[in-house]
Amino acid sequence: MHTVRKIGPVRAALLLVGALLAAAAVRAELRIEINRGTLKAQPIAVVPFGGAAPLDVAAVVAADLERSGRFEPMARDDMLQRPTSGAEVDFGSWRIQKVDVLVVGRVVEAAPGQFEIQFQLFDVLKGEQLLGYRQASTSADLRRNAHRVADLIYEKLTGIRGIFATRIAYVTAQRTPGRNVYRLIVADADGENARTMAESAEPIMSPAWSPDGRKIAYVSFESQRAEIYVQELRSGARQRASARPGVNGAPAWSPDGRLLAVSLSRPDGNLDIYTLDVATQVLTRLTDGPAIDTEPAFSPDGAFIYFTSDGSGGPQVYRVPVDGGRAVRVTFEGRYNARPRPSPDGRLIAVVHNDRGAYRIATVDPARGVTQVLSDGRLDESPAFAPNGETLIYATREGNRGVLATVSVDGRIKQRISVTEGDVREPAWSPFPAN
Amino acid sequence: MKTTKLIPMLLAYGLLAACSGASKSTVDEGSADGAAAAGGAASSGVADGSLGAGSAMGGSALGGPGASAENRIIYFEFDRFDVKSEYQAVIKAHGQYLSANPGARVRLEGHADERGSREYNIGLGEKRAQAVRQVLLLQGATVDQLSTVSYGEERPAVIGSDEEAWALNRRVEIVYGR
Repeated sequence: MHTVRKIGPVRAALLLVGALLAAAAVRAELRIEINRGTLKAQPIAVVPFGGAAPLDVAAVVAADLERSGRFEPMARDDMLQRPTSGAEVDFGSWRIQKVDVLVVGRVVEAAPGQFEIQFQLFDVLKGEQLLGYRQASTSADLRRNAHRVADLIYEKLTGIRGIFATRIAYVTAQRTPGRNVYRLIVADADGENARTMAESAEPIMSPAWSPDGRKIAYVSFESQRAEIYVQELRSGARQRASARPGVNGAPAWSPDGRLLAVSLSRPDGNLDIYTLDVATQVLTRLTDGPAIDTEPAFSPDGAFIYFTSDGSGGPQVYRVPVDGGRAVRVTFEGRYNARPRPSPDGRLIAVVHNDRGAYRIATVDPARGVTQVLSDGRLDESPAFAPNGETLIYATREGNRGVLATVSVDGRIKQRISVTEGDVREPAWSPFPAN
Repeated sequence: MKTTKLIPMLLAYGLLAACSGASKSTVDEGSADGAAAAGGAASSGVADGSLGAGSAMGGSALGGPGASAENRIIYFEFDRFDVKSEYQAVIKAHGQYLSANPGARVRLEGHADERGSREYNIGLGEKRAQAVRQVLLLQGATVDQLSTVSYGEERPAVIGSDEEAWALNRRVEIVYGR
């Protein structure tokens, strides 16, 4: 009995049902290490919140702020006082402890299972309140709302919208003799609440969030060939979006969520870029020719599609108008630039770039003709911008294992995210949550 | 019928997977030296020929479902999808077998090494499978006999991040059946 792992029956059920399950809990947890580089972090104290909530909200907030690399939360043992409202704060004492900013709050149970998170943010030097907020929350939503508190604090102090309440999707692969297991997983940005969206003995690839954050498009080989699926996160219901002869790959959503840009090899064996209207299945071909054209991504204004093409002899990034027209080359530095992902402001393009023999994540600024290498691995791939454009997530290696990492767009703050088991790859960052 | 086809295939894969150190070197010689590959192929072809699969049909023992594992895998250079001259003879033998056996079906599974981006590697694997397909068609195989699929870097034959592993992973596997 003790040899049967908790997940066993779930896995067995999955095998019977097929390749797929919505919202199954995953045991593998993400471990996150932060390397702050040369950036000086701002000292902040997030005092444990008062009240009797089933979640330590202040701990979630402090961990979020620390993970950003911009803040250094004070250890709780070092706190001489533990105020839970502004009226109780002795600013002089916090100043002596060299705390710049202070967060105090409480979680009040308004009705059974119904809470209200109250918090205040203070500038300790000036003794001024910067922010005061009340947020209603069910018991189940406390963690998400704690991330929103961290987002509000982060935005107030940095001027940049926070990404703590966002999520990431990624693919894991576990190789066991005789059977491989591939999973599409969605987790909170801090690695918590990991859920398996799809599971298969055949490869799963290329997850892409819909702009409303409700669906994920991905490639599955569960029928022994590449097919594109669109799956709803909440219900787990899914639709086969493209199963045409040959390659069905690299789905990417248009900003309005109506189109998928895809790479197809029908009907002539050439991989070309198409747009696919998900509802009507109307297919529009945008490139034509013998080159490998793949890895499309819409520009944030929806007017262009960036993609990888080896038309020049090796992979480089090109851009084609969504309405059709000539493709124009975008990257020129180095012999390998692939898998373009434009930043949310459209100014930069993240790519996989060959840097003196190593595959690294770089940003390309086409207007200035500048390529900036951000990562330092040997086999880095799959860059994706966070929705605020401040951070990129990508896949790298730790020994022979695939792990995820993030790097700030200026290259200074780095994090490594490991899962306790299996190979992790192909991260995709969700859009901002709807309010 | 199905099982007799499956068993030698599984055995061949098992060998590749189990003693990867030993089989690495033999396959490597093959990809580095065309003569060695042809020689190895000929000897295993004789053994397979006694099963009556290829030779009875008039096709070469190099090709057909009875061909040994190394004669059902075509290797490629990095970021390239042109068929190297040393593999022409093997692919032609498969093409002749298919031409002589119109009922035979082949699935060409293209693969890439782990370097670079994943969907681009799907493209490379597909181009490799299509390059092999072209040679088979020239030898008289028909469109209906051939299908292609690309797994990119998703299903490596060998786990490892060195030149040797990469060389073994950049491949097209010729799979009979289906």
